Formats: sequence, structure tokens, C-alpha cells
Amino acid sequence: MSTVRVSTTINGDAVAYLCEVDETLLDVLRDRLGLTGSKEGCSTGDCGACSVMLDGRVVCSCLVLGAEAEGRDIRTVEGLAAGDKLHPLQEKFLEFAALQCGVCTPGFLVAAKALLDRNPDPSETEIRFALAGNLCRCTGYDKIVRAVQSAAAELRKG
Amino acid sequence: MRYEAPTTINAAVKLLAGKAGQARVLAGGTDLLVQMRTDRVAPDLIVDVKRIPAMRAIAAKSGGFRIGAAVSGAELGANKALRKAWPGVVEAANLIGSTQIQSRATLAGNLCNASPAADSVPALVAAGASAAVAGPRGKRTVPVESIAVGPGKTSLKKGEIVEAIILPKRAPRSGDAYLRFIPRTEMDIAVVGAGVNLTLDSKGVCTAARVALGAVAERVILVPEAAAALVGTKVDAAALKRLAAAASAACRPIDDKRGTKEFRIKVAGVLARRAAETALKRAGGSK
Repeated sequence: MSTVRVSTTINGDAVAYLCEVDETLLDVLRDRLGLTGSKEGCSTGDCGACSVMLDGRVVCSCLVLGAEAEGRDIRTVEGLAAGDKLHPLQEKFLEFAALQCGVCTPGFLVAAKALLDRNPDPSETEIRFALAGNLCRCTGYDKIVRAVQSAAAELRKG
Repeated sequence: MRYEAPTTINAAVKLLAGKAGQARVLAGGTDLLVQMRTDRVAPDLIVDVKRIPAMRAIAAKSGGFRIGAAVSGAELGANKALRKAWPGVVEAANLIGSTQIQSRATLAGNLCNASPAADSVPALVAAGASAAVAGPRGKRTVPVESIAVGPGKTSLKKGEIVEAIILPKRAPRSGDAYLRFIPRTEMDIAVVGAGVNLTLDSKGVCTAARVALGAVAERVILVPEAAAALVGTKVDAAALKRLAAAASAACRPIDDKRGTKEFRIKVAGVLARRAAETALKRAGGSK
């Protein structure tokens, strides 16, 4: 197995790493770079717990090779808050208790941010469709949808 | 295992053709990485085609479209001209997986993964789409229905790669549609899929039609008998009934956990009829 040298940008910072060819971006983030916010759920692109932004689109980082990140722009859940100030989505997830065990939460936050970046005023149906690739086994989803709606309203106020 | 990300098609072909052992093309990776993860494939070489500019582009071609093999579902959905000309193809591609999957999954990947249940393929076959194939012996263009030969198996030779999907020029008063049956509302694999594409004349008479079915045979099938039921008619109730019967008659499905043979045969007719009704509406027909 050959090792690949990768230079990329993660949450705005230039990052360089070495990885194995078959190593996923998720494994690189967690095991090599210490960014453990992205979670491993299914490893097959079904659960969305590993969601990150890749060149402005939300992807499952378990379905991206670490080698593919060369020269790309990656945003993870760690980049959501501005220092100590949580993103409105994070605030609203807390306020609405939109999490219980929390494993799915980073993925939901990244996917919800991706939705609101493209559509600042989504309907409930649009929210549920956009988040269909994120599975939660605790909340029943309703609190998550309410939190996203409330965060969207707050973000629209600017 | 080696990873390469060439910037030209020729370099990609050379890599794929030159490697002894198993070489795999990486476009969106939504099938390949899962197969690697579950040890169904262990490639010696991975050729990532996303650094090839022509494979990332949707271009106008002879009045139609040339869709690079690495164009994602999300990019298809964002292309207004493509959506307007071929709504059935775009809706079929956009049915696949989640938002996350749409950011990566490609038409060419869906085609070359060769699943009988691939959602975009019946729509592409109905559309009369072609695959532009590049290989060590040059380039060829073939109908998309000739790529898959069975579950997971394609007619591509060693070193060959689908570089683009080509959608033909649209005749006036044409419409297409794709429908699938799944037991959920989204995020599932088709139990049956049906794509219909038709063209009307100025009097509303169907002059050309193509009907394709997914998940009812070992690969996606074109059903000329179902299309023939529409041609020469105004796609009225009687024609639609004949279309449904012909679609059902063409099925040779298996029983599996998703559905029985009998169910698939019945539903194929129903979906073909409903897809034809939507295609008719999109073509500006009366129904």
C-alpha cells in the first residue's frame, strides 16, 4: 500500500497529511488530525454522522478518500462555532433539546448548515428531505426539525 | 493499492489499460468505497477522474447535452437547461440517495455500477442516451443500454472508461418521466422503476416513444412493444392500457426481499402507465 501526501484546507486552515490510499477522509480527520467531531456510524453513506462540506457541498466523509482532498476546501463541525460563540444552529439544538446521545448531532449540524446556506427559509418538508440522509435513533426528528426552523428564523434576522 | 488522479482522459485510459490486476475508476465513490469497505473489491489501482476538466462539465452538444462522467447529481439538478429539456432524467438521477450522496453520485457511475435497479438508467435508456467510451483502441459511442450486461457486469473492455453521457437534441412537443416504487418515501432502492420518453406531432399524436424498465430483469430493459403501444395514438386510455400490458409482459424479475415476481410484474405496468401520463403532460399533450 502506497502512502499519499495531501495538502488541503480544513476550516480555513492549510493542512498537510500523509494517508494510506484506502483511508477515508473520515479516518484522516479523526485519527490523523484529531478532529473527532465527525462520527462514524455506518461507513456506507447511509447515516450521515460523518457529514462534512467538500468544496461547498455536503458529503459523507466515509465515502471520500483522504487522497481526494488534495487542494479542496473542507469544512467540519469543528469550524461551525466562531471561537467560543456557538453557531445559531448549535444554540437552537441545545435550546430545543434536539439531541440525546449526540452521535448524529455533528452530521445534522453540518447538513442543516448546508441546507440553510442554500435555502434560508426552507419549509418543514424541505428540511425533512434535506436531512433524510442523517439518521437519528433517539429524538424522533421532530425536535431537530424545530431547531432548524428556529435557527433559520434567527439567521434570517441577520 | 495505488491512487492516481490524472488530468486528461488519455492519461486515465493509459493508467487503466496498463495496470495488471484490478483497476477501478473513482467518480463519486458512492458505490466503489462501499464495495471496498465490505471487501467486495480490492483494486490494485484507483483512478480518480474528477481532476479531468471535461468530465466535470455539462456542455451543449449538437442541440443536446454532453454530461461529463464525474458530474454529480446535485450539479445536474442545478442545471436549468438540462432540467427543462430532460426533467425525467434529472428527477431519476436526483432520486438516488440523500443530499450527501447527491453531492457525489454520477450518472456514469450509476450506469457502470450495472445494478438492475439503478434509478437513472431507465430514464437514460428511455431518453435514447449514449455513452461516450474512451479506451486504448480509441473512442466509441454506444447506446447506454449496451453498457450493463448483468448485475455488476458491463460490456466495457479493459482500459475502457465511460467519459460522458450524451443526451440527444430534443424534438418539439417531447416529454420524459421516471417513476419508481419503493416502500418508503425516499432513500431506498427501486423495487420497480419505469422511464418513458415520447414526442407528439402538432395534432397530439405520438410519433416516437421509448419505454425502459428497471429492477424487473438482470439489467435495465428497453421495451419496444410498450413504446409501440403509444406510437400513432393520442396516448389515450386504450393506448395506455396496451402500454401497461406490454410493460408487464416484458418483465422477467426475481423474487427477493424487496418484492415478489408477481408484484413487480404488476407494478411495472402501473408505473409505465403513470410515467407515460406525466411524459404526455410535459410534452404538452391533453391528459
